[in-house]
Amino acid sequence: MTRTFSLTLHVWRQKSAKQAGQFAKYIAANVSEHMSFLEMLDVVNQDLLAKGEDPIAFDHDCREGICGSCGFMVNGDAHGGHRGTTICQLHMRHFKDGEELWLEPWRSAAFPIVKDLAVDRGAFDRIIASGGFVSVPTGSAVDGNAIPVPKTEADLAMDAAACIGCGACVAMCPNSAAQLFTAAKVGHLGLLPQGQPERDRRVLAMVGQMTAEGFGHCTSTGECEAVCPKEIPIAFIARMNRDYLEASVKERPQANRGGSG
Amino acid sequence: MSATVAGTGSRFYETAIGKKIVMAVTGVILVGFVFVHMTGNLQVLQGADKINHYAKLLRTSMPLLWTARLVLIASVVLHVRAALQLYALKAAARPVAYAKKAHRGATLASRTMIWSGYTLAIFIVLHILHFTTGTIHTDFVEGDVFHNVTTAFKNPLIAAGYVVMMGFLFMHISHGIFSLTQSLGLSHPRYSAAAKTVARVLAVIIAVGFAAVPVAVFAVIAK
Repeated sequence: MTRTFSLTLHVWRQKSAKQAGQFAKYIAANVSEHMSFLEMLDVVNQDLLAKGEDPIAFDHDCREGICGSCGFMVNGDAHGGHRGTTICQLHMRHFKDGEELWLEPWRSAAFPIVKDLAVDRGAFDRIIASGGFVSVPTGSAVDGNAIPVPKTEADLAMDAAACIGCGACVAMCPNSAAQLFTAAKVGHLGLLPQGQPERDRRVLAMVGQMTAEGFGHCTSTGECEAVCPKEIPIAFIARMNRDYLEASVKERPQANRGGSG
Repeated sequence: MSATVAGTGSRFYETAIGKKIVMAVTGVILVGFVFVHMTGNLQVLQGADKINHYAKLLRTSMPLLWTARLVLIASVVLHVRAALQLYALKAAARPVAYAKKAHRGATLASRTMIWSGYTLAIFIVLHILHFTTGTIHTDFVEGDVFHNVTTAFKNPLIAAGYVVMMGFLFMHISHGIFSLTQSLGLSHPRYSAAAKTVARVLAVIIAVGFAAVPVAVFAVIAK
């Protein structure tokens, strides 16, 4: 038999980044244990709409844990704190009848609140745009298998590439640092042969952009890796730090002339 | 929004990672110092001759002594400067605090580095005034380290105070030693698992080694 129960929700309601927000209390009745956390909120929102009230805004897209759109804090835990789980994949069977839950948006100066539980993660996009790519000339792409990549390196690169950019690392970090996200992107490309030509430039630019966005510093607490839905380890942060140190030491003054042929 | 900061070598220190690398390098120097300081101190347990001879040995060359002191002072200044700058960054990075915040895996030591740091900074100043300059020592004899140490630790409050401070030192360096391997990028799947253990063991050795002196002095006198 399906278990149904009710929950008390304290949800952060904020109309926009400019306006002040506060918690509002809602009762989620008839919650099925088979619902996902977002489906439970969908039902709460239906009730709000029926009453003519503004529904709770939250980001979501694929609802299968791979797009990185969803995410907020549940009782102080990013994505609810279950290992390797996004909030859309968190099922209500983990909760008990009558439980009180506090839902808050990611809190970071670099992630301004759009509305309620939805935040603007454009800072991550700008970090990627600053260097999270490889430059490939079009029309002359080589065969994918022409460059040998050791299996161990390919696996490690894939571990880092699994990052979906949800922002849970920043949200959970006591210092609002974006080191795990940036390190995953730097590590992913830095491990592969295709990423080598721009490796130094990449880490310097991405770390520079991360600084400009106002993220905090890493104190190696490990809070980020504990809530990362893709379970990316902080060893990648060490790898980025080392790349950053090496690139800083090796960097040459940029040539201002030539190059146009 | 935010302008792109092109990461150039001259801007190394502007990034949080650059500051953490400075903290890590100075941290290595300071941990190295406390380890040697601790092993030296243990000679108190061997009696007045040993420790007083060691104290004299350290003062054989004043230029050498002051070189070491200047390196340590510079390390402390750079370490504290970076820590305060990063602490300010942390405050700016999350202007609105969470109403509820859980902890997943973060140790108490890792979350209280700034507070153990403040405590140790105050302790270091008092400790230098106590045993190096003798300013706040009630019965200070220049050059007679054994006398200075044993008379000070006769007071149970002072002995207990030093032991408590070594608890803070343990907290600070047990996380600090692990964290500096991260900051310096010394991570490797074969050794990283051991880094946390090595950090704790080293921190225990240093803290217990230091605490042994006030405990032993107090135990002998209490008998």
